[in-house]
Amino acid sequence: MSAMLHPALSSAELLGLFAHFLVLSLLAIGGAITTAPDMHRYVVAEHHWISDAQFSASIAIAQAAPGPNVLFVAVIGWNVAGPIGALATMAGTMLPSTALTLIATRWGQRRRDTRFVRAFKTGLTPLTIGLLVATGWLLARPYVDFSAQGAGAMAVILVSIALMLRTRLSPMWMVAFGAVVGALGWA
Amino acid sequence: MTAQAGEVEGRDVAGAIARPGPTSAGDLFFAFNRLALQGFGGVLAVAQRELVERKGWLTRDEFVEMLALSQVLPGPNVVNLGLMLGDRFFGLKGALAAVAGMLAVPLVIVLVLTAAYAEFSRLAAVSGALRGMGAVAAGLIIATAIRLMATLGGSRLGRPLAAAFSVLTFVTIVWLRWPLIWVVAGLGTTAVAIAYARTP
Repeated sequence: MSAMLHPALSSAELLGLFAHFLVLSLLAIGGAITTAPDMHRYVVAEHHWISDAQFSASIAIAQAAPGPNVLFVAVIGWNVAGPIGALATMAGTMLPSTALTLIATRWGQRRRDTRFVRAFKTGLTPLTIGLLVATGWLLARPYVDFSAQGAGAMAVILVSIALMLRTRLSPMWMVAFGAVVGALGWA
Repeated sequence: MTAQAGEVEGRDVAGAIARPGPTSAGDLFFAFNRLALQGFGGVLAVAQRELVERKGWLTRDEFVEMLALSQVLPGPNVVNLGLMLGDRFFGLKGALAAVAGMLAVPLVIVLVLTAAYAEFSRLAAVSGALRGMGAVAAGLIIATAIRLMATLGGSRLGRPLAAAFSVLTFVTIVWLRWPLIWVVAGLGTTAVAIAYARTP
């Protein structure tokens, strides 16, 4: 089983995996998840290192676990080639974007009182909010559309929105509530 | 407020009403570790709550601005946000502390879960629980967006125009399925140009 889960990759293949994620890192505008389709193309369709189901499960696990969703990249790497695979995909994903963000932040911080930098922030803020709603929407869609318990999923989503806006309850409890409802087969 | 009015470790002291901030890089590490461990289904909702509402390290407006930059720069949004916040208070050391705090422990947890999932994925309750958690995660992100909408009122674009850009962003992404890069290049450039014209 574990041999199937972790096909042995040659050094050249590992390097290729690392290089592919290095490039995707710089294309990941809006978050690492936006490059998931291309990761899928590379590790599933082209190289057959993992199955379609393993790919989807990688994203679901990272979402359910605590921590940033970008960790799905590490899970994909782990499923492809074990710990060294996780290191390759995670380092590839993090290094370029981290360097660029630090450089850009410092550039912007030094010029934060200039007209351009202020206009840049003002102009992009509404896009940020639209993008957040879109992200929530796209994440919610599969649960509402395709699960046999779409109505239950919809109710769970609406309840969590209401709890988040109206109470100071920790999101952790809301996620625990979702897990229980889901495990009982209601959502 | 002159340009040189005051920069202590990158902090704006000019308008200082002694705002709370992290006391050290270690403080940043543990703060981000704490918020990441609460962040089931993504960290953004918790980050907003912890950094803005609980700790007060950022105002709601600063949070949205930082998030906006995090989104247009490549890379995971919350990681970029951590880098920016850490860098602002303690430079490179702070940036790395924030990101390490956010990633280290969750990385171990998620890999352990991955190993375990291979064994338990056939149980209906397990896949059901994953679905339920995913649905809540989606709700939390939408709620965070709703909460941050309040910041549009203070936009130099004016609330109606700012709201229009939010709606257009949503429509182009969700219905027209434009790649984000087009949205940023098209809508983003337009919004920044209008904001530039209205900025003194």
